[in-house]
Amino acid sequence: MAEGVPVHYYTALSAVLFTIGVIGVLRRSNALVMYMSIELMLNAVNLSLVAFSKQHRALDGQVMVFFVMTVAAAEVAVGLGLIVAIFRRRHETVDVDSLNTMKW
Amino acid sequence: MTGSTIVFVILALLAISSAILVILSPDPVHSALWLILNLVCLGVMYYGLDAPFLMAAQLIVYAGAIVVLFLFVVMVLNARGEDVWARQIPWLRSVGLVVALALFGGLWWAVKSAPTAAIPTAPDNVRVVGTVAGVGELLYSDYLLPFEATSVLLLAALVGALYLGRNEARRRGEPVSPAAVAGTESEVERG
Repeated sequence: MAEGVPVHYYTALSAVLFTIGVIGVLRRSNALVMYMSIELMLNAVNLSLVAFSKQHRALDGQVMVFFVMTVAAAEVAVGLGLIVAIFRRRHETVDVDSLNTMKW
Repeated sequence: MTGSTIVFVILALLAISSAILVILSPDPVHSALWLILNLVCLGVMYYGLDAPFLMAAQLIVYAGAIVVLFLFVVMVLNARGEDVWARQIPWLRSVGLVVALALFGGLWWAVKSAPTAAIPTAPDNVRVVGTVAGVGELLYSDYLLPFEATSVLLLAALVGALYLGRNEARRRGEPVSPAAVAGTESEVERG
């Protein structure tokens, strides 16, 4: 690209995407959609990290994003396994509002 | 309004609208597809931010593996539509929205108060591009310990996912029908 986009454009977009992810986690009750909103949040932070990496003209931010992606992949595998196990054992739904047996 | 700014604005609008559609779609399959669009938009932005390796990793790992895993689970569990359960505290959802907007206010303040220097990309500046060689050089020198630790993390995730996904009926030696995998078989449900 010939000229640079200011870094605060990227961080502003990252803030917007992160907030959309937070709203998705707080307002949806489908466990899978909540999990997708968590991935939205992770990607928003990744965007910020890559933008800062370019601003500082160093690759450390990109290496951090590499690790975030790795951890996210591992987390998704285990988390989806948990959701499937919960679905199978006692409930036929992925609605988190129905998981209320530990409520007082 | 330079060319790269126009491209950024288009990608940003696409990313924001697909993110909104992720959280608004009643069907989780649609949410997953809009998430793919969002991830691809971010991947293209990574390319514009001199991170070609991360663009490839994003498309391969995130859009190509993680969301596919989501779709597998959505399809297997047939998790469409939300059950309308009685909300224990009806106004708690609105409190969540207020909290999210307050969080956005805080983030916006942080963005505004940060130094807003433009990313220098004049031709005589050194331009560090995140190629595979560049990222790999850092990964195997300064970040060697986290790199090795993530290999252990992936092993732990593999073992955990295998254990969580085990089929009790098969382990007990009983006949397993395809419905048992999705948890609709009564013996698995009481297992």
